Amino acid sequence: MEYPSNVKIIRVPCTGKVDALYLLKALESGVDGVYVAGCKEGDCHFLKGNIRARKRVGYVKQILQDVGINPERVAMYNLSAAEGPRFVEIAREFTAKIRALGPSPIKTGKGREIPVPGEAGTAEKKPEGAKKAA
Amino acid sequence: MKTASRLEKVLASGAFAVTSECGPPRGSDPEVIRRKGECLKGVVDAINVTDNQTSVVRMSSIASCVILREMGFDPIVQMTTRDRNRIALQSDILGAGALGMNNILCLSGDHQRFGDHPSAKNVYDIDSIQLIQTVHRMREEGKFINGQEIKVAPRFFIGAVENPFADPFEIRVPRLAKKAVAGVDFIQTQCIYNLEKFRLWMKGVVERGLHQKVKILAGVTPMKTVGMARYMKASVPGMDVPDAIIDRLKGAAKGKVGEEGIKICVETIQQLREIEGVAGVHIMAIEWEEKVKEIAEAAGLLPRPQV
Amino acid sequence: MIIGHRKPLEEILKMLEPHDKIILAGCKGCVAVCNAGGEKEVGILASAIRLARKKDGKDIEVKEITLERQCDPEYIDQLQSLAGDYQAVLSIACGVGVQYLAERYKSIPALPGLNTDFMGGSREQGVWVERCQGCGNCVLHLTGGICPITRCSKSLLNGPCGGSSKGKCEINPEVECGWQLIIDRLKSLGLLEALYEQILPYKDWLTSRDGGPRTITREDMRE
Repeated sequence: MEYPSNVKIIRVPCTGKVDALYLLKALESGVDGVYVAGCKEGDCHFLKGNIRARKRVGYVKQILQDVGINPERVAMYNLSAAEGPRFVEIAREFTAKIRALGPSPIKTGKGREIPVPGEAGTAEKKPEGAKKAA
Repeated sequence: MKTASRLEKVLASGAFAVTSECGPPRGSDPEVIRRKGECLKGVVDAINVTDNQTSVVRMSSIASCVILREMGFDPIVQMTTRDRNRIALQSDILGAGALGMNNILCLSGDHQRFGDHPSAKNVYDIDSIQLIQTVHRMREEGKFINGQEIKVAPRFFIGAVENPFADPFEIRVPRLAKKAVAGVDFIQTQCIYNLEKFRLWMKGVVERGLHQKVKILAGVTPMKTVGMARYMKASVPGMDVPDAIIDRLKGAAKGKVGEEGIKICVETIQQLREIEGVAGVHIMAIEWEEKVKEIAEAAGLLPRPQV
Repeated sequence: MIIGHRKPLEEILKMLEPHDKIILAGCKGCVAVCNAGGEKEVGILASAIRLARKKDGKDIEVKEITLERQCDPEYIDQLQSLAGDYQAVLSIACGVGVQYLAERYKSIPALPGLNTDFMGGSREQGVWVERCQGCGNCVLHLTGGICPITRCSKSLLNGPCGGSSKGKCEINPEVECGWQLIIDRLKSLGLLEALYEQILPYKDWLTSRDGGPRTITREDMRE
């Protein structure tokens, strides 16, 4: 099965081993996105490793939100080891999502990629007289 | 008599006492107090003025009481321990005495989180029972908390609040006993809708002979709307509103819910008069003060005795 | 232990705006136990700070170091060789640690990365609860081992108030009524009658913070 070559895999015995710091360091190094692929919930060999991983991904998303980086750049997925096609699907799905977001601002230095919380996004202003024209 | 309080005289005479209360305005307009006072002329033996109730800033109790005293009432100054330390409390007690007040009601006070300034510093230097002790010592020994003599000590008729419907129920009578030991003269209870539970509490009170040392004024509040009844049942801590009351209000004809609420209130007062140990009634008609006269009249409490 | 939690990142980043070379100092004491300021948290916060800067095309050097404790002079001495090379020290120890650093390293600002909350303990993993107010005059022997100053929202010594409902405090249904707990405990110890009706006297707040900042000395231990 071929999955996109831009996806670099780091294997761990259980996603419960994934520390929040690994995800942050990965982004610091310049990668455009990181996802954690763990077993289906309820199927963890170590019982709750994947649950902990999900919570840590959530924690990192919040940190990214707070510093102005799009939290969509990290994600948690769950699948069984036997689901080869699903693995490929996830790799393609995530790659497409990140491609749409563009390169990480760590590489570009272009600043915040999400609005400051609490500030309303500027709505598109209709040109004056648009109604009359219609 | 221990004091110059009219309420003390009425209670001592054996007559069934009537008190009510007045919520001061969130401003400096004395007319608000005067208007409320007008509704209650000839209806009550004493009027409470609340002290920043629910931690919302209002005109001070002592200032409002001065206005009522000018109208001929014998006011009850309410004092919470939430906002003032023992220095300020004793100072205010001296001031209230100088301004001719005869009654003080001692309370802990609703936590400031409920109010309009939840960021305020929480004082609670002393609690309500220690405040009762303080006022009592001033009257009986003429001394401050620190034991020093007071030149011209004020003499107050001392009140407190008890809530027979708060938890844990089993210590509600011992708590009253504690207040009695501290020196309280009268108690106003939280408003009563569950007569069964109130009777149970009174039984405990009478068993210990507390009703002879402390005069119990049973609290009542007329329900204005079904919404009010539901809100009180669900959202006010320590409030016990049986479903039967809500059902009765729901069953009232459209536009007549308030009338039914007043009817329930009057019936409650009549039943309370029959309970051993109940020395009077405290009618709390929050923002409905004009109905207190109607309630007192219907319950056969008027005219008030000459003492 | 002393419980604290990290300040919002926005606030920390604002404090760091004038600096591009800082020490980030953690502590292996209380704040490590409550997952707010230990070695792990130093790593995560340092990374977050660098991400925040780099996304703007700028940089910041964060020297990560976790001290044994920040409330003992000999441990904060360890920063001596470093302090001169950096513009500020961001401490994620409790407020005590920040102040110790400020006092010792006078030429650089000591910034607080935590909001220090209270003295308490773990209730379960990830949850810490307040238990002690440091009033300086403990009455736990009179209240069945439950502190009325801390556990009662009104610090009543003769509680409960009329707002106690189903064992919960009027301020919040998730807060237990301290006095309900005290009464239940006294009951189970068979001490309710003996202790409850005794009126506890006015508290002397002089022994608490109200009396002014405090110092405790053991003369026999001084050099």
